[in-house]
Amino acid sequence: MTDTKPVLEARGIVKIFGQHRALDTVDFTANAGEVHALLGENGAGKSTLIKILTGAYQPEAGELLLDGQPIHLRDPLHGQTYGIGTVYQEVNLLPNRSVSENLFLGRQPTRFGMVDHKRIDALARDLLSRYGLDVDVRAELSEYSVAVQQIVAIARAVELSGKVLVLDEPTASLDRNEVQRLFDVVRGLKAKGLAIIFITHFLDQVFELADRVTILRNGRKVATQALDTLNTTDVVRMMLGKDVAFDHHPTALTGGPKGAVRVAFKGLSRKGLSPFDLAVHEGEVVGVAGLLGSGRTEVARLMFGVDPSDGGQITVDGQPVSIRNPAQAVAAGFGFCPEDRKLDGIFGDLSVRENIIIALQAKLGWLKALNRDDQVELAGRYAEALDIRAADHDMPVKLLSGGNQQKVILARWLAIDPSFLILDEPTRGIDVGAHAEIVRTINRLREEGLALFVISSELDEVVAYSNRIVVMRDREMVAELDGDAIASDAIVQAIAGTATEARP
Amino acid sequence: MNRSLRPLLATTLIFLFAYLLAVTQQPAMLSTRVLGNFLTDNAFLGIAAVGMTFVILSGGIDLSVGAVIGFTTVLVAVLIMWLHLHPLIAFAIALIVATAFGAVMGAAIHYLKVPSFIVTLAGMFLARGGASVLSPDSIGIEHSFFTAVQKSYILLPGGGRLTVVGMIMLAVFAVAILLAHRTRFGSNVYALGGSETSAALMGVPVARTTISIYALSSFLAGLAGVVFSLYTSAGYSLNALGVELDAIAAVVIGGTLLTGGYGFVAGTFIGVMLQGLVQTYIVFDGTLSSWWTKIVVGVLLFMFILLQRLVFRAAPRRT
Repeated sequence: MTDTKPVLEARGIVKIFGQHRALDTVDFTANAGEVHALLGENGAGKSTLIKILTGAYQPEAGELLLDGQPIHLRDPLHGQTYGIGTVYQEVNLLPNRSVSENLFLGRQPTRFGMVDHKRIDALARDLLSRYGLDVDVRAELSEYSVAVQQIVAIARAVELSGKVLVLDEPTASLDRNEVQRLFDVVRGLKAKGLAIIFITHFLDQVFELADRVTILRNGRKVATQALDTLNTTDVVRMMLGKDVAFDHHPTALTGGPKGAVRVAFKGLSRKGLSPFDLAVHEGEVVGVAGLLGSGRTEVARLMFGVDPSDGGQITVDGQPVSIRNPAQAVAAGFGFCPEDRKLDGIFGDLSVRENIIIALQAKLGWLKALNRDDQVELAGRYAEALDIRAADHDMPVKLLSGGNQQKVILARWLAIDPSFLILDEPTRGIDVGAHAEIVRTINRLREEGLALFVISSELDEVVAYSNRIVVMRDREMVAELDGDAIASDAIVQAIAGTATEARP
Repeated sequence: MNRSLRPLLATTLIFLFAYLLAVTQQPAMLSTRVLGNFLTDNAFLGIAAVGMTFVILSGGIDLSVGAVIGFTTVLVAVLIMWLHLHPLIAFAIALIVATAFGAVMGAAIHYLKVPSFIVTLAGMFLARGGASVLSPDSIGIEHSFFTAVQKSYILLPGGGRLTVVGMIMLAVFAVAILLAHRTRFGSNVYALGGSETSAALMGVPVARTTISIYALSSFLAGLAGVVFSLYTSAGYSLNALGVELDAIAAVVIGGTLLTGGYGFVAGTFIGVMLQGLVQTYIVFDGTLSSWWTKIVVGVLLFMFILLQRLVFRAAPRRT
């Protein structure tokens, strides 16, 4: 970095919500031609800082300087006029309009008062070609993948602003190839001298893309440092303020399955998924590793009856059961925490208590309503057992952090006293601190004798809690690792082979 | 093909097929005379439906349309017959009143964050009630200007008559098509229907656009009221009862998605014509109850909602 001209500077920013100091005298500088990563746990203040930098919030104290001149931003649109553009995780464009209109909305060239569509399309094609994107600009935006939409959003933001680009979790829903494509675009912009602020919770992406990192914790700045002087452990330590290397329980995990077979699947199959045999024992965690699209989620959905199977048998404690739908799965003592928590897991507007008791109530049937005291007691017990941090169990669950929401879903299934729990990506979209807690919870449940089937794309994590690991590739279970054979390297080798899919 | 074009194409094909079917049953229906009457008889509905198209495209609904039509006919009649104003001045006043009424509803929707359904429901009661207060009885309009307008028309080949009200409707559609598809205002309307949050972040003036949309809808409802008074030579507070629902039906049958963001003004034209076709056929047939119109419209509406579900669920993805 030879060119270290500061473009956007924040000095002594203070932001207070009610009694809570969300940001306490935070300094932040984004230089021209650098990618500056902003890291912090949920609640550390990174989204508050971003909102102040883009104009969505106004600070109580401190000042913003753009090219050395103090500025006051009224709202994000005002920030845009100063050259500060933002691209959000959930692409804030218009899915129903064409790509070119999304690029030029609000500044369409007109002829005789009428919008000149031909010219817009030509301009849009020209603009996107600079980002290596060759798409039909007249097609609706929603016809394209999130990655393409993301690049369109960046192109729009850069066109309109062109000094500072804020990328707020842009890679959360992209696969490996798409992330690379996005990174190429970002590197191109960096070379052009833009200051890029990059927010993510994928540490490996921070190391891959960013030049410097600023770490926030509890509303204060911990450090701003060049990344080539740091390693992952340093960063995590600064984020958490404590060492949280995952406990690899080597002793607890060797020696194979502990108890009797709890659930056994024999020749279970469905169109597009090879038949598989699998037995899960009491007190055992079977981890599933594989790339996106390898059939991991499909297996989980099949087990829980979300998708009915074409053939095969399921036995629970030696007794054959039929599972054609989730209700039968629940009756058999199965629980399922799906991958997309917000969409398929939580009832956002219902309270923590209602979310916890809902599966139990469904199992009991509507005639045997749980009375309020029982509900409060149950919710309290599981909230305590799982350390669910909610100010009040009557608050809507959507107000909780991702980690706490995940624990609410876990509590929901634990309330039915399950014999077999399926977890699909339980730590996705959860900050690092809560991450370790979920892993600890899984370990504890195993020790309590539960049979678990856990899917994860975080290899270190699967290794940390699994007694056995099933590796999936091309919609087939291709390998099973046991005891001492469990190691990240071995899994990677098993996944490799002919695999061409991308890792999320 | 652009998938939002599919419902429009379906409507067009159904209209052509239905017209063909009607002609095989009633050969007399194939004439410019019938077509001319089509335009004249459905002019007020068509004009109101254009306004409704903009409202629905933006993701809202306007239930006050029928009441504003009724109110306008009464106001026009009162201004001409009681205050002896020239009809053109009466029209101008009525249109200004209607537009202001819509702008207030739009402002309430935007600034008070009340759903358009509620605000325009209140608007409906206000306008209908206001019309009854002005005059509970029907007021006949007698004025040389009215007679002159009613008598002027362009003779079409085949003996059909393109009346002034028919021409007004065609002009409204032509202007509205340009407004929706070729102006920034039109883009902003679609943007609001796509996602209000995104639209705001992308710099769409949400307040101004929302107010303009409802002002436009009420202006067109007022114009429909003017046309209605020309068509019937009377002002009556109970005129155009339930026309807002016919307009909504025409918009949806015309291929506009009820949740906003997708659709075409031209589709609404065909939606109105399809309703007119059913009515005309029933008149020609002579034995069917006129309520069959409602049944056919109901079936069509249901079909189109189903069709839209299918088209928009099977969204193709490109990479």
